[in-house]
Amino acid sequence: MGIARNVLELIGNTPMVDISGLSPNPDVAMVLKLEGRNPGGSVKDRVALSLVERAEADGVLAPGSGQVLLEPTSGNTGIGLALVSRVRGYHLKVVLPTNVSIERRQLLEAFGAEIIESPGEEGSNGAVRLALRLAEEHPEWTMLYQYANEANPEAHYRTTGPEVWRDCPEVTHLVSGLGTSGTLLGVGRYLKEQNPAVQVWAVEPPAGERVEGLRNLDDGYVPPIFEQLGGAQLLDRKTVVRPRDSLEATRRLLSEAGLFVGISTGAALAGAMRCAKQIPAGERATIVIISADDGWKYLSTGVWTDDLDIVTKRAENTIYF
Amino acid sequence: MAVEVRLPTVLRSQAGGRSTVSVEGSTVGEVLHALVSAHPGMSEQVLNPDGTLHRFVNVYVNDDDVRYLSALDTPVKEGDEVSILPAVAGG
Repeated sequence: MGIARNVLELIGNTPMVDISGLSPNPDVAMVLKLEGRNPGGSVKDRVALSLVERAEADGVLAPGSGQVLLEPTSGNTGIGLALVSRVRGYHLKVVLPTNVSIERRQLLEAFGAEIIESPGEEGSNGAVRLALRLAEEHPEWTMLYQYANEANPEAHYRTTGPEVWRDCPEVTHLVSGLGTSGTLLGVGRYLKEQNPAVQVWAVEPPAGERVEGLRNLDDGYVPPIFEQLGGAQLLDRKTVVRPRDSLEATRRLLSEAGLFVGISTGAALAGAMRCAKQIPAGERATIVIISADDGWKYLSTGVWTDDLDIVTKRAENTIYF
Repeated sequence: MAVEVRLPTVLRSQAGGRSTVSVEGSTVGEVLHALVSAHPGMSEQVLNPDGTLHRFVNVYVNDDDVRYLSALDTPVKEGDEVSILPAVAGG
């Protein structure tokens, strides 16, 4: 590997590590892809770069122009876009729910993003609603809209998927968190094209259970890309992992494998364990798990240090996907 | 048989503030129809007029989304937990 011309060239090509020691089924291997190794610290660097490059190719954005970007995000996409904006010369405004971890906020501030708060009790759906309204009021701003922009899953189809296939062609199952659905749509489609037998499992937190600000279920939200790109047909399984199981798995990754990763990775591992238990004895399988980010942004939540009951209560009120 | 249904905050006011209710049924469809019969305020929120699952509602049996099992025909047995969650975004 030579010298990168700038930080954006360091996005992607993340390492994979065997964590089969955590598998509950001796016939099932587990491999973790460490997206926290991206320069902005999460899988969303790939998406941010792809969204901006597509807009530049379409002539919507001009590098160095100082144009204003607007994006609803629970944090990681915002951090990725803030990083890309620094290098390419844009001004980023993020619409961020108030109940994300303090480190997500601090990183956005460090990278120079302007934060517009949305009510925490409305969750990410509230951030999307507010951003859509602001975009309408300010046609001079550009909203790349990760939830509806095909450049999001395309980033994973073009980079993450081929990397998984290159490094782990024995993959039989893909397990990843479901947020915008971009990772699952892009990596899942790529892997199924290489081997139609690959199973795709989505893991999600019970985020909607406690969202106090929903007036009714019509305030729900399904990312447009999920519906437009046939997400329901692509996924083989979708499973909820609750905060306590996510936190326990996050701790096990550190204590048993030395891996300091974020809470959504714990959720993905807990989902992968469920998957491994359902694979019949004697049937060899390899589960690839996407680790969206590292642990740095969650230190303040006390994941590794505080009483599990207390941390679980905190996590129930925090957005970590 | 009786199955526990776990309700999201947004539906609890329709069930006297309770976070779980117990209803009878041997499939997810039967459970949901029993639920909305007992708590009519939920009916438009959970099911469409044609009886299918509302677009913004996810229903799980023991935490597995029934849309990827057998949807409303997914069997449930004594002791299973059915949860209803509104669709929300992440990212």
